Parts: sequence; C-alpha cells; structure tokens
Amino acid sequence: MLRIRGSARGWRRATALTFLACPAAVGAALMLASPVSAAADGSDTTTSTVADGADAAGLGVVGTIEIVKADGSKSPIAGVVISVVGAGEATTAEDGSFRIPVPAPGDYEVELDVATLPDGVGLKAPDRNPLATTVSQDGDKRVIFPLIEGDTVVTTESSVSARRFFQLTLEGLKLGLYLAMAAIGLSLIFGTTGLVNFAHAELVSFGALMTYFFNFYGLAGVIGFLAPLPGPFGDGVNFIFATILGMLSGGVLGWAMNRWVFRPARHSGVSLLAQMLMTIGGSILLRYVFVYLFTGKFRTYRDYSAQRASTFLGLELTQKDMVAMSVSVVVLLVVGWVLLRTRTGRAMRAVSDNKDLAEASGIDVERVISQVWIFGAALAALSGAFFGFEQVKWDLGFRILLLVFAAVTLGGLGTAFGALVGALIVGVAINLSTLVIDSELKNMVALLVLVVALMVRPQGILGRRERIG
Amino acid sequence: MDWGFILERTLSAMIGPEVVVYALAAVGLNVHFGYTGLMNFGQVGFMAAGAYGMGITVFWFGWSFWVGLLFTFVYGAVLALILGLPTLRLRADYLSLVTIAASETIRIVARSRVMKPVTGGAEGIDAFAKPFYDLSPFELGDFYRLGPFKFLGRDVWMLVVGWIVLVAVTLLVSQLMKSPWGRALRAIREDEDAARALGKNAYSYKMQSLMLGGLIGALAGLLQVIQKASVQADTFNPVITFTIWAILIIGGPGRVWSPIVGSMIYWTIIVFVENTLRQLPAGTRTNLESWINLSDFNIGMLRFILVGLGLLLLARYRPQGIFGSREEMALDRR
Amino acid sequence: MTAADAVAIRATGVVKTFGGLKAVDVERIVIPKGRITALIGPNGAGKTTFFNLLSGFDKVDSGTIELDGEDITGMPPHRLAAKGMVRTFQLTKVLSKMSTLENLKLGALGQRGENFFVALFRGLWADQEAAIERRADALLERFNLGHMRDEFAGTMSGGQRKLLELARAMMTDPQVIMLDEPMAGVNPALAQSLLEPIKSLRDEGRTVVFVEHNMDVVREIADRVIVMSEGRVIAEGTPEEIRTNRAVVDAYLGTHRGTESDGGGAQ
Repeated sequence: MLRIRGSARGWRRATALTFLACPAAVGAALMLASPVSAAADGSDTTTSTVADGADAAGLGVVGTIEIVKADGSKSPIAGVVISVVGAGEATTAEDGSFRIPVPAPGDYEVELDVATLPDGVGLKAPDRNPLATTVSQDGDKRVIFPLIEGDTVVTTESSVSARRFFQLTLEGLKLGLYLAMAAIGLSLIFGTTGLVNFAHAELVSFGALMTYFFNFYGLAGVIGFLAPLPGPFGDGVNFIFATILGMLSGGVLGWAMNRWVFRPARHSGVSLLAQMLMTIGGSILLRYVFVYLFTGKFRTYRDYSAQRASTFLGLELTQKDMVAMSVSVVVLLVVGWVLLRTRTGRAMRAVSDNKDLAEASGIDVERVISQVWIFGAALAALSGAFFGFEQVKWDLGFRILLLVFAAVTLGGLGTAFGALVGALIVGVAINLSTLVIDSELKNMVALLVLVVALMVRPQGILGRRERIG
Repeated sequence: MDWGFILERTLSAMIGPEVVVYALAAVGLNVHFGYTGLMNFGQVGFMAAGAYGMGITVFWFGWSFWVGLLFTFVYGAVLALILGLPTLRLRADYLSLVTIAASETIRIVARSRVMKPVTGGAEGIDAFAKPFYDLSPFELGDFYRLGPFKFLGRDVWMLVVGWIVLVAVTLLVSQLMKSPWGRALRAIREDEDAARALGKNAYSYKMQSLMLGGLIGALAGLLQVIQKASVQADTFNPVITFTIWAILIIGGPGRVWSPIVGSMIYWTIIVFVENTLRQLPAGTRTNLESWINLSDFNIGMLRFILVGLGLLLLARYRPQGIFGSREEMALDRR
Repeated sequence: MTAADAVAIRATGVVKTFGGLKAVDVERIVIPKGRITALIGPNGAGKTTFFNLLSGFDKVDSGTIELDGEDITGMPPHRLAAKGMVRTFQLTKVLSKMSTLENLKLGALGQRGENFFVALFRGLWADQEAAIERRADALLERFNLGHMRDEFAGTMSGGQRKLLELARAMMTDPQVIMLDEPMAGVNPALAQSLLEPIKSLRDEGRTVVFVEHNMDVVREIADRVIVMSEGRVIAEGTPEEIRTNRAVVDAYLGTHRGTESDGGGAQ
C-alpha cells in the first residue's frame, strides 16, 4: 500500500517532468549516437518526394539478377523471368539486367519466377518475393532480389546454425524492445481504467506517420503558405528531431483521446464493454483517416533509409537499428525508473493495483489516468517511429497489434513490467520460430503464445490471481 | 447528376447480396453479443472458416460442392471450440483479444505461400460454385427487373436462396431465444454469476452460443464466396468484423430483426453516399479532389471512416441501437 | 447444538490465502440442518470469502467441505445448485433486462428446454414451461412481487431486488439456502418484510445460512451464530451466548478502531 501525499503544484510539476523527460532522454541518447548515424548518412541516396516535370512515360522497374559467390565475385544470371503485376514481365539479359516499364508512378508488386532460376540458386529472402515497391515520378526504381547458392528449402534446413540462432535472437530482441514500448502503454491504460484499448495500434501508426511527416515537411508543413520556408519550418527536420516531435504528437493525441472521448464516457457511466467498442470504433476511424490522408503506399524516412547492415561478432544489424535499440533500452530504463522511483510513477502503479484504495489514499485518479494516456501514447509513438524504419505505412500499428496483445497477456494484463517481459519473449519467440516454420507464418506464434498463456497462466507471468465473486 | 441511376443503385443495395451476407453474419454476432454478451471481435474469422471449409474441400481434396457444404459447418464448429476453450472461463475481454488475433491469423495463413496448394494463397480459389448456379432457374447472364430493383440472373438466384436462408435462420434464432435455453443465455449476458448460482453451467452455454453464432457466421462466409464465386483471403479483413458490429448496434443488439434492419440501413447509406459522390458533376469532383483529397480511392475509404465513427458514437450514445429505448439504456447503466 | 441435530454442511480444515494473507483459516464449522445459522464478524473477517468457498465460487487451498455427508470440495456452483444448495449475493444480481417472471423461471432446475436440441422443438418443453410458470407465479404472490411480474427486474427497488433473489433461489427448491447480507442496502422500514419470508424457509424444513452485520436481525431470526474474525472462528453459540461473549466484543471493538476508513466489502 502506498501513501502518497502532495500538493497540486507538486503533481503538476511531476507530470510535466515525466512528460518532458522521456523525449529528452530519447533526444540525448540519439545525439550521443548521432556521429555514427551521420556517417551513415553520406551513403544515403536521399530522394525528394515530388520532382515536378519528370516524364512519367519513362518510368520502370529495373534491376540486376546476380549471385554473389563465396569469394565475393559476382556472376549475373540470364533468362530469369521477372514480372510486375499489372505492368508486364521481362527476362534478364546476359548481364543479368532487366527493365520493366510501368505506366505510372505508384505501388507495384515485383515477382521473380523462382522456377526460372538455375538449379542450385535460390532466393535469400523468399518472403520478399513478390516484392512490394513504389515507383516515384523521379525515374526508374531499382529492386534487388538477393540470391544465394543452394535451394531455398535446402538452405532453411541446413542453416540451423549457431550464427543464425544468434542473429534471429538479436532480431527478436529488437522486435521485443520496440514492442515493449507499445505494450507498456496498453497495459497501464488497462491497469488504471480496466479498458483494453484497441486503438493503441493506431497510436503506434500515428507515431510513425508523424515522424515521417516532420522528417519531410518540418514544423510548418501543415500550413500551406509556410511550406516554402527553410527548415525546420518549411523543409523537413532531421529524423532525430522528427522522432521527438512524433513522440510529443503521440502524447498529445493520447491526452486528447482520454480528455475528449474516454473521460466523458467514464463519467457518464458508459459500461466498460461499450467503451471497448468505442476504442474499436476509434481504431478504425483513425486507421482509415490515416489511409485517406497518407494513401495506401508505404514510404521510408528521408534519413538513414538506405543503410546497409554492418557486421559485429558475426551478427548483422544496421546502425540505425543499433542506435534505436540502445535508445529503447535507455527509454525503458527511464520508464522503469519513473514507475519505481517517482511519485507520478508510483501513483500510476498504485492506481493499477487498486483504484479504490489509491483514491482513498488521496491520489487524484483522473489525473493519473490522464498521465498514463499521455505517457503510454508517447511511448507507443516512439515505438512506431522505430517500427517505421522498415516502412512507414498507414496500418503499421495494426500489423503488430496481435504481437502487442500476446506480449501484454503473457506478461500479465495491467502490469507495466509484465508487458516488458512479455514483449521480449514474444519478440524472440517469433523470430526463433522461423528456424522451423516459414517466416511468412511467424506471427502465428503470437497467437499460439496468447492461447497457451491463457490456458496455463491467464493472469500472466507477473500478474496476480484475481478474486472471483 | 444522374439521380435515377443513384436511386436505382441505392434501392437495389437495400436488398442486395451484401445485405444478406452481412445480416446473416450479424445474426451470428447477435447470438454471441446480443443474447449471451460474448465479445467476439473475430466474426470474420468464422466467415473465413466457412468459406475455406468449402474452398479447401473442392480445391485441395477435390471433393464435391455438397461435401464442401458440410465442411463449412465443421470448420466453423472447430474454430469455435478452439477459440472458446481457453477464453470462456476468463473475463469477457480475453475472448475479444483471442478472436481478433485468430481472425487475422487465419487471413495471414490462408494467403501465405506455404499454404498455396491448400488455400490457393493470395490468389485464392475459384471455380467451385458451379453446382450451386447449375440449379438456378434464372438465366445467369440476363438482367431481371422487378419494380425498382434490377439484378443479374445469377444474383437473383443467390438472393432468393440467401434471403430464404437468412429469414429461416433468423426465425430459428428467435425461437431458440424464447426457449429455456435462450433464457439461460440471456441470464448469462445479464449476470454470469447469478446464472451459475442457479444451476446453469455458464461455460457450457457460452460454448454452445459461440458455436451456434460461429456456424451462422460460417454460413454467411459461404454465401459471400458463392456470390463472389471465389474464396480470397484478403476479403476476410478484420474491418469486416467491425462493419458487422456497427450493423448489429444500429439495429440494436438482442433484438431478433436488428441484424437485417441494421444491414439494410448500413448498405443503403453507404451505397447512396458513394454513388452520389462518384456521380458529382466533374467540376465539383475536381474541386473536392483538390480541397479534401477526395479521389476514387478515398471515396472507397469513406465507408470505413463512417464505420469507425459510427461505432464510436453508437457505443457512446446509443448502445441499445437507434431504436432502443432510453429506459433500456438506463437499466444498462444502473 | 445438540447431538440430535443433523448436519447440513461440514467444513474441515478449510484454508484460503490471497497474496500471502490467510483470508480463511477454519478448523471446523458445522451447520445444522433445518435451522437458521448466522455468520457474523467484523469487516475483513473472511465471511464472504468463506461463503464463496462453500458455494463453489472460489476454490479452497486445502480442506474439505461436505454437504449431507457428501464431499463437495471444489464442486462448481451449478452442480451444487443441482444438489440443493443455492446462494444469493451481497450486491443483488438481478437480471435487469429480463422480466421479473423470467428471472424466476430461470431458477427452475431440470428444465428439458435448456438442452439446445430439445429447445428447438417447442412441443417437448411447453408443458414443463407452463408448470414452471405456475410455480413462479405462486412464489411471486408469496413474496409480494405479483405486481412486478412483467416489469424489467432492473426497475426494482433495493428491497424488491432482495425479495426477487430470494424468490428466484426458492425456484430451485433448495435444501440449503445461503444468503449473503440479505438486509444490506434495504430500507430499515422494509427489513421486517424480508425477515418473515426467511423465517418461513426454516418452517418448511430448509437450512438457512446467512451473513449479516445487523445484530438486531441476527438476534431476531438466528438459531445459531458463528463469529469469525481474521479468517478464524472465534465463537459459536446461540445469539444470547454470543452477545455476552468477551472474545466477540473484543474482536468487534478491536477491529473497529483499526479499520475505520477501510471500505471493506462495501461498494
């Protein structure tokens, strides 16, 4: 039981500090890491979004099909059939190159006909065939189908090596860390209000989209006539600042959702089940507003998008992921510190633990709920910004919602630290599962984790058994 | 603007194939939520189970359409069991987590390359519905006109069968809910502990309800793929589930005819709005497109924005449906 | 209790802990048949938890519970109801959006139409349903609820809800009826109208167990009183014996001093 006293002013200060501390921590961590990132920036093939006057008629998808031998030499492969859905197909020439004209800029699916590959050669990433790509107005779009010697199926079996195991574990930890930031908010909102927030996925997407937005359009992009101004107003801001701004926007959206939607609903006695339906409605509303404004295409951030993975102890990881993982660890440590050591965090846990008791001991429950929404949404936004490294898309959050649910349930619905533990387990389990199952099916593991967790320990790893009746 | 065309489309949509499919799926959801209080957020998963029960039987096993009909129900029942076993002893929200997760997983697995020999992958399965259309007394390719309605012969046949099934299932559910069995379900919706204390095995009843509603959902999925003559994983998108929820809440959960009424209202609104926007004079269209980005694609997205907004507002202000009485709402909030 | 009294419920060595705290730790409780037994004790004494254990809503950590000599430990509530043991709740659980009559009809046990396949054919259960309705109507009259027959149960007052729960429990024709704070939240003026029906249950030969705070009520209707404090039984006897029991007085005064602001089970 916690006994928490404090003046209204103290409360406000604590809230403001918490709210500011997190983006600040991200910023600081990213700055420390930025020389690394900046070095990578040099090799970045930055493209501007819209180039006027490009000749749309001359657009196409191009590439070279070649295999990199073990000694590093490359040998092109002729006669491989590549097709672009809705545009046409081509066969690679002697030098392995191909070009397929496309009618207009837009999203296309490029497929390599595996049957036309020579024997003993397979795709390195079979799950990236067909490959979704976006042709912009700037000109030809180059696509890459990395090949390896040995058939794909054979490769999968023979590659259960220690190296692959550790590589997958590393990627699992990456996924787990990003998931954890999304999961903590979901768990805390559940803990304090009893509400499963299905719109949490959209808070994740929102973070990615806002980061993308600030990255390209800066602070004033919203207001048309300010757009010609130089950065940071008209032009985009660096990804690091864009992330911080994205996080702040996420916090604001979280605050607004609580303040204008869910708080009034709680106060007028809308049942929890009806509130759950409201979060579903909100989720769909936001998701399709995103697609309305952002279109269905996927995009990449302006900075650090073309990084190659670097090798470290035999494990591959891009520098941006390295930095983002470190930032996630720092942020999660800050979150842990806030929850354990600050008055605000302790109040959050106390309300999660027992609302009536917390209220009776003088905690302003509504204020704590508001803080939890801000805090949780900002974390979800940061997680979205990092998930956006692969691609920024309108339904980015919804695609990971299942994983977040599995993580939160496994860890114990309502417990922040449970969400963290659950997320790491789910992340690693999903990636390791690709050792035995097709990577396209790996998210199935999340459902499996969810169901098994409910059957074996429904209260979750860190949850407590509830009283019935 | 061609108001005659818009009116014709809208009127036809009031009784069209989509109304039947969504209403039937909503009847299943009504059994779950309206009568038993189960939060099933994966009704589209049951539709997919029904559709693939048919599709896989014909495509992979190479058996006949009529055997597929049987498997539609087998798949639906098995899915209900799998979803119910771990969740129905727990708090209501766990079912919602598992059902939404399962429905999305079914879609992903069905469209995967690994499953392509079984499910047809992303391209899906077609050429299975011929035995159904062979029975049609209507010329499949001809247009038929009845009063203000105009449909292709194949749709007329589907509509005749569909409406008969829909009304029959609705009447069946209505009868069941008036029986002591239905009374036990409603009691569980109102207060599970009270029902248990009075000797009702709540877990068993909830499982029966999940199965009945799931089977009805599977039947709806079957009707949908027969109408489209193809089984495609991506048509079983989670947003369909919530369209069905919106339909159920428009009509009012726990009322016999609400799925049909809700479905008709929903499709009338959607078809009217979309056709009106698409039929706008060219100048207005261009202006709207530059002002609010109203492209053809975005007109298509509007329906989901409306579903989301509708669900949010209905759940907040009218959980008893647009015809529900204030008294009933007061009982809910007690 | 005299040796001649038959035993309805016997609980032996029943322990239940929540988060390391022993909510119930009862060595032996015996509830006599055909009597009204009151379970009293200060807030947090474990009465409601014990009630939940007896009625199958919660599982014991260890120990056994017997009903009429049969081991019923861990038996789910719906099977206990079939064995003639039924309970009500401290916070009444009326089925708000069902009519009062439907609330009662639900209570009848062994309804053929509760089987899904039988329910499909009205003819198979219509007769039984009519008989159940007659019984329900009779009980509604007995409990003065006749005028509410076709109203939503959610529109009832607190006292009516308590009566409804009692009448609904009676539909199962129970041998043991367990009432969790039957007077809680009832207008004191109406309390008397609840006491008579409870006494009449005993006169029909049924066993009644109830949890209560109000000592006046306990003195008026209970044949036996069991006092719990901190999960244990601290005294047993007739109401008169309990009133003068030193340990009981201490327990009440002692805890009252400590838990003034604690909401306890109230909500």
